[in-house]
Amino acid sequence: MTMAEPIVAAPERRAASDVAAPIVEVRGVHKIYNGDVVALKDINLSFEEGRLTSLLGPSGCGKTTLLKIIAGLLEPTAGEVMVKGRKITGPGPERAFVFQDFALMPWATVLRNAAFGLELRGVPAKERNETARHYVEEVGLKGFEEKYPHELSGGMRQRVGLARALAVNADVLLMDEPFSAVDEQTRRKFQEDLIRLREVENKTFLFVTHSIEEAVYVSDRIILLSPRPGRVNNVIDLDIRRGDDPEAIRRDPNYLDTVEEIWRGIKQYLD
Amino acid sequence: MTIYGYRIPMMASLIVWCILWEIVGRLDLLLLFPPFSDVLVALGDVVNSRSFASAVSITLYSYAWGLGLAIVFGVALGFLMGTVPVADRLLNMWVNVFLSAPLSALVPVIMILFGMGAPTVIVTVFMFAVWIIALDTRAGVLHVPASLLEMARSFGASRWTTTWKIVLWAAMPEILAGIRLGVIRGVKGVVIGQLLVSIIGVGALFTTYSNNFLMEHFWALTLILFAFALTVGQLIALLEARIDYYAGARS
Ligand SMILES: Nc1ncnc2c1ncn2[C@@H]1O[C@H](COP(=O)(O)OP(=O)(O)O)[C@@H](O)[C@H]1O
Ligand SMILES: [Mg+2]
Repeated sequence: MTMAEPIVAAPERRAASDVAAPIVEVRGVHKIYNGDVVALKDINLSFEEGRLTSLLGPSGCGKTTLLKIIAGLLEPTAGEVMVKGRKITGPGPERAFVFQDFALMPWATVLRNAAFGLELRGVPAKERNETARHYVEEVGLKGFEEKYPHELSGGMRQRVGLARALAVNADVLLMDEPFSAVDEQTRRKFQEDLIRLREVENKTFLFVTHSIEEAVYVSDRIILLSPRPGRVNNVIDLDIRRGDDPEAIRRDPNYLDTVEEIWRGIKQYLD
Repeated sequence: MTIYGYRIPMMASLIVWCILWEIVGRLDLLLLFPPFSDVLVALGDVVNSRSFASAVSITLYSYAWGLGLAIVFGVALGFLMGTVPVADRLLNMWVNVFLSAPLSALVPVIMILFGMGAPTVIVTVFMFAVWIIALDTRAGVLHVPASLLEMARSFGASRWTTTWKIVLWAAMPEILAGIRLGVIRGVKGVVIGQLLVSIIGVGALFTTYSNNFLMEHFWALTLILFAFALTVGQLIALLEARIDYYAGARS
């Protein structure tokens, strides 16, 4: 496998997003922790509008670091990130983050949690609650608006985190292993919902995962990272038909072959 | 409490202690230790006396002011220590020193500075209560989950907003635990302060009772104070339980 150059949009399918202008660009990003841990080395990537791109790699290869740099939560040691053509200096309203551990306020109801991004942006209570209510329903939590996080299962909590990110109507959704803390059945349901969600919401998704199956199942493109130091190892464009039957994909030979191929590529880093 | 494997409820064990007290009192071994029944009779006397009413009002006044100031100042100090590392390095040692110092020894100094009245008692209550509140608040602030802070920042929250909307609430269980301990220490402070000043409030009553060998009254007053401290502490504990419920399974 070859080290990837800055990636250019492969001209193809998804009718929903045939214009593929880069909305996020990562240029020459390095990240060194504490002067000696090289977490990321010379990352150059671009993410096209309306697509779902996965960052895939074994744990410790810098996925979270890269996503947080794009979110503006971490400063790169070198390099820059452009969002909609502008260099970022911190978090911004065009990006929203979904956290691995949900990051819900335990003292607030589902509705207030879902509306919290809007609350921080100064949207009046009535308006933000209305918006939040809509997204709570969209993620399938209608009826749970007045519950508290500890009354929900892990999967439901992450749905609240997702509703909160959707409610601020950002263009780019940054998701850090959003399904890793939920059980397997819930996880599958989540993946199916994510695919459905993309049909309703015209957003760009950056999705971090360490699960090959998950990445292949949900993504248009997979960026494979390799560890020590974290580098882009390969970029894989996928062409998997996502029809009406979500289960059919998991039996699609194309899907199975791709999973197998990626696995063979990754195996060498595991020793 | 268990006796021969039977669980004895709290109330029952209290009764056992009261009976023991009664018996020891009846034995007439110690002048300072009247039977419990006599103390109960004196309780009525004490509560109904005019000096008691005025003692209670001045005591509550000093206590409320001292504790109120301790909560405001202690929580603010704890926030400062929890959020500004330099401040923490400068202050941590001192706060710990004050927390474990024998504060009663300081009361005469406070008396010189603040005179023989309520201000000295207020300062004493404050000194007894404030440090534990500050340290518990600090611990709470330091334990706020990093991802909550990151979440607020990712949605564009300023430092102030984060403090008000996240840190204060996330640290609430610890803050309340600190206040509960401060409440109880504050009762100690109000009694010790008044005893040493000895001309106001409950302290004056204690002094009168012991100077006149009114041991029944002396013990009755002690009982009242204990009951007060326990009740206030219990009320805060109830509030804490509620908060813990909302704070949920914090892991
Ligand atoms: N705050 C930090 N300080 C020092 N090293 C860190 C820090 N965060 C992450 N690292 C290191 O950087 C590397 C990449 O971490 P991370 O981005 O969390 O990887 P991933 O999300 O792929 O598991 C790891 O080796 C990790 O130990
Ligand atoms: Mg990670």
